[in-house]
Amino acid sequence: MVKVIIYPINSLILSDLVERFGHKPLAMMEKIKEKINTVGVDSPPLNITSEEPKMGLKYAAVEVPAGVRGRMAIVGPMIDEAEAAIIVNDASMAFGCMGCARTNELTKYLIRQRDIPILEVDYPRSEEEGMDFVYKIANFLKSLPLEEKQ
Amino acid sequence: MSTEKQVKVALVSCGSEYAGVQGELEKVTASVNAKLIFPEIDIASLDTIGRDFGIEAASPDLRLMMARARAVVEGITDVDGVFITSCFRCAEAAIVRNEVRRYINRHSNIPVISYSFTERTTAATLMTRMEALTTIARRKHLLARERQSGLTAGIDSGSTTTKAVIMKDDKIIGQGWVPTIKVIDSATEAFNHALEEAGVKAEEIQAIGTTGYGRFLVGEHFKAQLIQEEITVNSKGAVYLADRQKGPATVIDIGGMDNKAISVTDGIPGMFTMGGICAGASGRFLDMTAKRLGVDITELGALAVKGMQENVEMNSYCIVFGIQSLVNSLAKGSRPEDVAAAACHSVVEQIFEQQLQEVDVKEPLILVGGSSLIEGVPKALSRLLKIDVLVPPNSHLIGAVGSALLASGFVEE
Repeated sequence: MVKVIIYPINSLILSDLVERFGHKPLAMMEKIKEKINTVGVDSPPLNITSEEPKMGLKYAAVEVPAGVRGRMAIVGPMIDEAEAAIIVNDASMAFGCMGCARTNELTKYLIRQRDIPILEVDYPRSEEEGMDFVYKIANFLKSLPLEEKQ
Repeated sequence: MSTEKQVKVALVSCGSEYAGVQGELEKVTASVNAKLIFPEIDIASLDTIGRDFGIEAASPDLRLMMARARAVVEGITDVDGVFITSCFRCAEAAIVRNEVRRYINRHSNIPVISYSFTERTTAATLMTRMEALTTIARRKHLLARERQSGLTAGIDSGSTTTKAVIMKDDKIIGQGWVPTIKVIDSATEAFNHALEEAGVKAEEIQAIGTTGYGRFLVGEHFKAQLIQEEITVNSKGAVYLADRQKGPATVIDIGGMDNKAISVTDGIPGMFTMGGICAGASGRFLDMTAKRLGVDITELGALAVKGMQENVEMNSYCIVFGIQSLVNSLAKGSRPEDVAAAACHSVVEQIFEQQLQEVDVKEPLILVGGSSLIEGVPKALSRLLKIDVLVPPNSHLIGAVGSALLASGFVEE
């Protein structure tokens, strides 16, 4: 089983595909769920506090807007943890999105800097392209080892 | 405040929840009995809003911002005010935020405030702005008042000076102006001066209004009927004193600690900005310049009018390094007149660059606050904006007069 970071980072379809092929998706939903379920002083839980943009300084300099650094505080550690990546380019907003174009650029860049297997595919615009899209992702996921790394 | 209707404020933002400030936004709105609303939109509209609105922003959340603004303008979401906010230092967001603010202002009568946040933005930073927004939404009837009636007092407890006026039948009959040392003591002193000049006793006053940084403390002490932030009070005071109560106007208040630039229509603020980060753009800079030149602050203006700011090289707007530039110029032989002019220019240029970009300047431009009495300041502002700057009589008493005027609404009640 390989930890696969997906882009768009909150794509339910990509996350589901990764899981179906026996791997662990690294996705935004899981991280937000962790934040909400972790007992803290804020009630109701506030996902991001002023601490996150400071943690995001590991991935982006202080002149980068707080919203980018806040997002990177969640996304950055997932990129560090990833053992493989699937990037879908030019995806429709409904497929998944980070909301902020600057965060998108930085996320893709940091994934590409990692020395891990990466699949980059374009978002399909027709049924035929859709089939090819799923086929490429399936092949990529099948190529990743299923055994736990020692 | 709790007996008043809860104000619904539309939050038009591009991800304040990711910047760690959402909790602070919730806190400040709750403190002024308001509630943040996320305007409902049709998800499909996000694909076309870029073309429809006119800005094809790359960030989906900025498209969401535009779609939410449209929902407010079209009445799909029923709100009393709009708070537009985005990350500080984001160029794309700054473009969209400004245009969204203009769009709402042009197509609706809903009051709007706009702010760019960092993760350090706190509820306290936003308090005066949010208080003003909810007041405009909640008390339009009070702000519609154009004449003072009865015998009322206004106290403006500012960061540098405390001002008090007594008004009777639409006239100022007494005034007091003292430096702020201890908030209540200074307010009492200014109030007593005003009472003495007016020849009335405190018990005779029918209603009191307070404003400024010390408004809550002073208001509680004097059992004021009206405790109000400076944006609404100063707008009202400015158009009242300048006799421009109808139609558009722009009010600039250069205070001792911060500045306000307010776009006003019929005496009611529409868009406004508050500067408060840099002392170099405040009256404090002029105060320090006067001290360095060895003149009284009241003499600085006359000196500045005679000078040429171009003769002095200013390398920084900063109150520390800017003053250092002025000192260096004096050492190189610059005339005090030129240095005084450069100081006035520095303050207004910074206001122009940092605040007036977010407020549509409509004539007449009314300059108020203690700094407006320094003649070099309106002159520098007029030169920079290339329009006439109006300094109404008693412009330094703006907050106190606005408070006394609005407090008279409570006399009849």
